Amino acid sequence: MKLLINEASHEFDADPEMPLLWVLRDLLGLTGTKFGCGAAQCGACTVHVDGVAVRACITTASSVEGQAITTIEGLNGKAAEAVQEAWMRLDVPQCGYCQSGQIMSAVALLTENATPGDADIDAAMDGNLCRCNTYHRIRAGIHEAVRIMER
Amino acid sequence: MGRRQTYPTKELSRRSFLVLSAVAGGGLVLGLPNLNASADETSAQTPFEAYLRIAPDSSVTVLSAHVEMGQGIFSGIAALVAEELDADITQMHAVGASGNTRLYNNITMGGTMQETQGSSAMSSSFERYRRAGATARAMLVTAAARTWNVAEEEITVDAGVIAHPSGKSASFGELVEAAVRQPVPSDVKLKDPKDWRYIGSEKLRRLDAKAKSSGRQDYTIDIKLPDMLTAVVAHPPLFGAAVKSFDAAAAKRVKGVVDVVEISHGVAVLGQNMWAAIKGREALVVEWNNDKAEKRGSARLLQEYRDLAARPADALAVSRGDADLAMADAATTLEATYEFPFLAHAPMEPLNAIAHRLGDRLDLWGGFQMPDHYQKIAAKTADLPQDAVKLHVTMAGGAFGRRGTPDAQIVVEAIECAKAIGWRVPVKVQWTREDDITAGRYRPMCVHVLKAGLTQEGKVSAWKHRIVGQSILAGTQYEQYVQGGVDPSLTEGAADTPYGIPHFAVEVSNAKVGVPTLWWRAVGHSHNAYVMETMIDELAAAAGSDPIEFRIGLLAERPRHIQVLNLVAEKANWGKTLSAGRFRGVAVHETYGSVVAQVAEIVVDGDGGFRVDRVVCAIDCGLAVAPDQIRAQMEGGIGFGLGATLHSKITLSDGAVDQTNFDTYEVLRLSGMPKVEVHIVPLTSPSTGAGEASVPPIGPAVANALAAATGRRSRVLPLQPLS
Ligand code: FES
Ligand code: FES
Repeated sequence: MKLLINEASHEFDADPEMPLLWVLRDLLGLTGTKFGCGAAQCGACTVHVDGVAVRACITTASSVEGQAITTIEGLNGKAAEAVQEAWMRLDVPQCGYCQSGQIMSAVALLTENATPGDADIDAAMDGNLCRCNTYHRIRAGIHEAVRIMER
Repeated sequence: MGRRQTYPTKELSRRSFLVLSAVAGGGLVLGLPNLNASADETSAQTPFEAYLRIAPDSSVTVLSAHVEMGQGIFSGIAALVAEELDADITQMHAVGASGNTRLYNNITMGGTMQETQGSSAMSSSFERYRRAGATARAMLVTAAARTWNVAEEEITVDAGVIAHPSGKSASFGELVEAAVRQPVPSDVKLKDPKDWRYIGSEKLRRLDAKAKSSGRQDYTIDIKLPDMLTAVVAHPPLFGAAVKSFDAAAAKRVKGVVDVVEISHGVAVLGQNMWAAIKGREALVVEWNNDKAEKRGSARLLQEYRDLAARPADALAVSRGDADLAMADAATTLEATYEFPFLAHAPMEPLNAIAHRLGDRLDLWGGFQMPDHYQKIAAKTADLPQDAVKLHVTMAGGAFGRRGTPDAQIVVEAIECAKAIGWRVPVKVQWTREDDITAGRYRPMCVHVLKAGLTQEGKVSAWKHRIVGQSILAGTQYEQYVQGGVDPSLTEGAADTPYGIPHFAVEVSNAKVGVPTLWWRAVGHSHNAYVMETMIDELAAAAGSDPIEFRIGLLAERPRHIQVLNLVAEKANWGKTLSAGRFRGVAVHETYGSVVAQVAEIVVDGDGGFRVDRVVCAIDCGLAVAPDQIRAQMEGGIGFGLGATLHSKITLSDGAVDQTNFDTYEVLRLSGMPKVEVHIVPLTSPSTGAGEASVPPIGPAVANALAAATGRRSRVLPLQPLS
């Protein structure tokens, strides 16, 4: 199988049903994408496929062949930089385990909508659980990222 | 955890210092054998192998006695060291220290174990790590003085630069080799608090924010050792069941499955990767022996708990005055029954551990809350002496109590898997979310029955409280804390009420249930605060008093409680009328030495729903070493407690857990998170911790706001919808 990940082509041998999450983590060593539930319930495994946030744990590797996959390791661009800067400025992470997924969802949101309101943030981020409950700062971080992008 | 003790500061500093000097002297100056102390004991280049290490590039790595699980303790401890070392905060790093009771014992929790719980990491570390920093600084200064041939008194250290007025200067890295050869000073002077630059600074930030904002932070799940296999375990579907037989043929046919082995906790499928192990487990056929299994369901347990509550209690936790007599004399009495479900911790990173034995040495990786205890059990499981077990305490993806179990199950599973394949390769046991939700270790289910009486004048005169639940500590290494049938982890936050109630009794009935329980963030406080603070609110209403004034009237000897209540009232504009549809409630509670008051504002919508819109929180946690981290803990704890209050429950049907993943075990999501405002009482008294104290008050604050909205009291958790 061949996948385009973070602008590089990766070839590997795997069960076509293997979820992208385990291809990334166990076969390609891209461990920034996390396992939290394996059932599209927590968002820890969020990656971008052609710019859209998807849950890698329920996306089979074969279904995304030929599409551009971006993981936290390959994230770049204006929205990404703004979100990551905001995250550090506000010390958003606690244990940090959910934060790759949070950032991937936040970047997808800001790429599509540069000035999201709270309802937009709720809709885009509700699938990303944080058991440390850093939600207060995640919301503040997204607003901060908007300000950074407007500079 | 109900066993936290407060040591006088003097005693604490003496103890910590003795530990430090013994190790610094023993480990290096006298050249005694290695103490299995540091994260990597083979690199013995620095004066404080036990607590800090300075590299040639001047980076300072602190060995934290406490696991970092999100609470920010690495950053806090690094700040303590940096303060006394006069390092620049940007030089600082931290890693988890391996199991060593003598070096890393938790002084606040009694000093017998290395453990991260009870919100005690900062108080246990405060003297220890400042002294480590000051001692290292003194040795660097001595080294500089001897190298430059100048007087020690003339040397300054500032932001990581050691300097002399003659113009000579050096970095830590340049002098560290000379410093380790200096004698360890027998005593060092710690800074006057007015000279602190980092401790208490609003500018202190997390050391790990960058790694955690870029996907570069590694957790146990991310560690990959050469040839390592991943194990997924089929656990018994009922608590107490055991493997009768299993058929591994289909599992072994799954591509990537390497082996299938029986271990004490079930049957493990070992795969080349996680997906293979998961698919292998799906194909595995196990027959279970359910003879000894717990087969009762939640409805039946609840009925049994209610029956227990109606009978004379097993034990008396506390009694003053004569509650029965005073109750008979009361002008008004209120009676209520409260029901709390089992709760899972559900840390974001599902449990895991790695075991690798090479010759006579066993290495273990994991985010352990009780390293030395795990080490002991690991040694027994692997049949090795304890000092042959080397722990690597990794960054934990959340814990909330879950990564410290008395039987060290996760480590036992990893070791047994590795042993079953002849120690051939390292094995990582990785739980799935389903394992996490269904495999037990819950906050105990509880029923509370409470009767309280008011005098004609509206004073609380009588209080009789019976708690029915399972003991967490019985049968664990903490058994000794269970006295006379009373497990303090079940009664903490009730038996020790701050309210001056003259006739007061708390009783316990211990339910015998085969569901394994565990300390869950704030432990007994998490349910007792709900009972105490909603009943006090009910009593205030019955007495026709303002809830805050009523509480203050009962808190005569508790100035800290009064102060946080006054602070939260002021910041929440307590006296001011709210707009239509908006209601508020208050709660105050002390958890492991820190006192938190919260005002929750809810907005009620037309169709019987409500949302928590805003929470104002005031905390007295003594000296606030890292104020922004305390704020973060308040925010996170409020969300954690709110999720449990509104959504979470573990229920059983014929003994089997009904919930399996986050679709059924619901927790708070972003849209449910209120705005949170935190106010920290500025204090210089010893730090009392912040990891748990914001959890207990949020439930009752919200419930009291709901009662203000509806006139009805909610006593079954999680709270039901209004309509
Ligand atoms: S791991 Fe994919 S959504 Fe949870
Ligand atoms: S930061 Fe710990 S789960 Fe989100």
